[in-house]
Amino acid sequence: MAEAVEVRKVAQESGEFEPKIVAFLCKWCSSAGSDLAGVSRLQYPSNAVPITVPCSGSVSPIYILSAFNKGADGVLVSGCHPGDCHYLKGNFFARRRIYLVQKLLQFIGVEPNRFRMSWVSAAEGTKYAQVIADFVKDLKPLGPHGKLGAKR
Amino acid sequence: MTRRTGVFVCHCGTNIAATVDVKKVAAELGQDEGVVFSNDYVYMCSDPGQQSVINAIKDHDLDSVVISCCSPTLHEKTFRDTSAAGGMNPFQCEIANIREQCAWVHKDKAKATPKAIKITRAAVKRVRRNESLTPIGVPVTRKVMVIGGGIAGIQSALDLANAGFEVVLVEKQATIGGHMIQLSETFPTLDCSQCILSPKMVEVSKNPRITLMTSSEVKSVSGFVGNFKVKVHSKAPFVDPEKCKLCDDCTPVCPVVVPNEYDLNLTGRRAIFIPYAQAIPASYTLDEEACLGLNPVVCGKCKEVCEAGAIDYDVKPKVTEYEIGAIVAATGFDLYDKGYLAEYGRGKYPDVLDGLQFERLCSASGPTGGQVLRPSDQKEPKNVVFIQCSGSRDPENHCAYCSKICCMYTAKHATLYQHKVHDGQAYVFYIDIRSGGKGYEEFVQRSMERDEVIYLRGRVSKVYPSKGKLKVMGVDTLSGKNVEIDADMVVLAQAMVPSKGTAEAAKTLKIGRDKDGFLAEAHPKLRPVESVTGGIFLAGAAQGPKDIPETVCQASAAVSKVIQLLSKPELEHSPTVAKVRDSHCTGCEMCVDACPFEAITLVNGKAHVNEVLCEGCGTCAGTCVRAAIDVKNVTQLQIHEMISACMGG
Repeated sequence: MAEAVEVRKVAQESGEFEPKIVAFLCKWCSSAGSDLAGVSRLQYPSNAVPITVPCSGSVSPIYILSAFNKGADGVLVSGCHPGDCHYLKGNFFARRRIYLVQKLLQFIGVEPNRFRMSWVSAAEGTKYAQVIADFVKDLKPLGPHGKLGAKR
Repeated sequence: MTRRTGVFVCHCGTNIAATVDVKKVAAELGQDEGVVFSNDYVYMCSDPGQQSVINAIKDHDLDSVVISCCSPTLHEKTFRDTSAAGGMNPFQCEIANIREQCAWVHKDKAKATPKAIKITRAAVKRVRRNESLTPIGVPVTRKVMVIGGGIAGIQSALDLANAGFEVVLVEKQATIGGHMIQLSETFPTLDCSQCILSPKMVEVSKNPRITLMTSSEVKSVSGFVGNFKVKVHSKAPFVDPEKCKLCDDCTPVCPVVVPNEYDLNLTGRRAIFIPYAQAIPASYTLDEEACLGLNPVVCGKCKEVCEAGAIDYDVKPKVTEYEIGAIVAATGFDLYDKGYLAEYGRGKYPDVLDGLQFERLCSASGPTGGQVLRPSDQKEPKNVVFIQCSGSRDPENHCAYCSKICCMYTAKHATLYQHKVHDGQAYVFYIDIRSGGKGYEEFVQRSMERDEVIYLRGRVSKVYPSKGKLKVMGVDTLSGKNVEIDADMVVLAQAMVPSKGTAEAAKTLKIGRDKDGFLAEAHPKLRPVESVTGGIFLAGAAQGPKDIPETVCQASAAVSKVIQLLSKPELEHSPTVAKVRDSHCTGCEMCVDACPFEAITLVNGKAHVNEVLCEGCGTCAGTCVRAAIDVKNVTQLQIHEMISACMGG
């Protein structure tokens, strides 16, 4: 614990901490939204590496824990707006599941800001860029994540 | 697992190469385990680019490829076809999106290049565990159901029948014709609506390929594209259309009078009635709810006088099941209820009409034989105020959207009124005039200049009865003055809303609706007549406000998509569907409940996927606590390895 605090302090002081983010994007809305951000040449930080999945409903809680375990400082799940799911109701399942994962992460002491869900439609390129920019901004003061990372 | 993967990094001119060091990406990936070939090229999607992929597959005996380029929505198909041309299974090709998701959104090459490497490496990790798949072949039923018998449904049914397909046309009302048959004249040509629609309705009734189901509703749809099973509930046909001679002996003896929906309640009708003389099917119908009880002891007068013996009170409603290949949803629109508009009297003032009621007043087949008369006292109104955008373009209180047709039909109403009442004056309150369309702007100009309709740019704050007239309190924003008009009649251009029952229909068909409740198209620009559900197409105002020419266009467009679908001997269904690991499945049924497509059932205590119904969303995989179910080529193992790649591992 003391070690983690130390690492965090160093990172904050040097001002060079760049959080590593995994972004799970549904194929139909959020991935298309990120494409639109590209087509519109919007600029946002390069910290988030996207993984396109068929639906936010396919994101298993294990994916989120696995990302933290593998060294992510933040995890984003982004899907279609509730009611607009390409697969009718996949994102409702995602919403319920993500709520539980949030509770679990809080329970084990992971800062709530390290994990978030967003609704980004295919028409919301600006929103996607904003979501990433905000996430990076909120993660920076938290420093590197040490809680769930594997000691490899 | 030894795989032989090829990585191809595209420069996209300078689109990618300006921000990503493409040579470095290719070189780094070339070092990865299992990558036996890596290369970069200026335009990978061009003919020489594609040829280089084909050559590499052959020369290096590749069994999988990753193309690191633009979004898969653009060129996934291109490169899967290329891979197939190289003799590889197309599902062994994956796209790494380093343009939209990387090069275009970053400027710093030092940051964008490592991200592009991670994205490409994740795709390599994924493709290494891809299965070779073949699209699932699905048989097709060459029969189409059209839901809704308005102009959209009629046009669809006729086009399909003329193309040689069997059609079942389902209509909720007792007759087809929809709202169009209620109209008097149509803009901008002022030709009579009946004259252009009635012949088409007759054609529907005479076409041997069209089965017409009136007074009927779709109750359930199961199955999938090419193979739907549709149950249609029909009300009991107490009057046999085959026997009915249209003699009209029955209506005078019927003791019941109820408002006539066809005339928007401006007139009454009997419990036994014909919606209008030209109705199709040409027959009287008996309104079960209004009738005194279908009991000969209570009444039975109509049956007594029917010489043709067409009436039978004992007929039962029936359910018909059809096997259908494709469905066209043309469920139409309704007008926004006047009851929502407190400032215009909530529909309580008899001389405040909506657009359709005014159509009936103008129509030769209407309650006044085409004379414009006030419903309250049957006098000719000398001042008529038309209010546009009544309920439209008002996001705070009513509908946010523009209903598109009201500018034109108000111009038409005002013109018709001026033609019919020579000493009358029509006023139109408007926000903007939207008259895009062939001959539309000229029509509006003519109504102002030749027919001397007074257009006032502004809104009306209140309408209330005063001394036998209707006081209209408005504002003319061009002169900046308040306007008060003592009107004899007010006509509200009510917003168009999805017809009653659209929500239920969307649920039954498993298709989406947009924020305003209209049926949602698969893509607003490129797939405007398809729903997101395969095999279900959209036509007419059910998809959004539109006028008659547009509706006819969309109906014919939907039909061309149906023909495209049903012309194939077999349909191809994506093989990236869910797959169960029986050894891990405990039969808990959580995936069964989660599946949005009812594709999973329990067979011998294990989950079983109907591959034809499965759309590959993976909601089951996200739900399964034992990781016993996975979507092919997006398995949990693949995702975990992709996460590692994204973390630089």
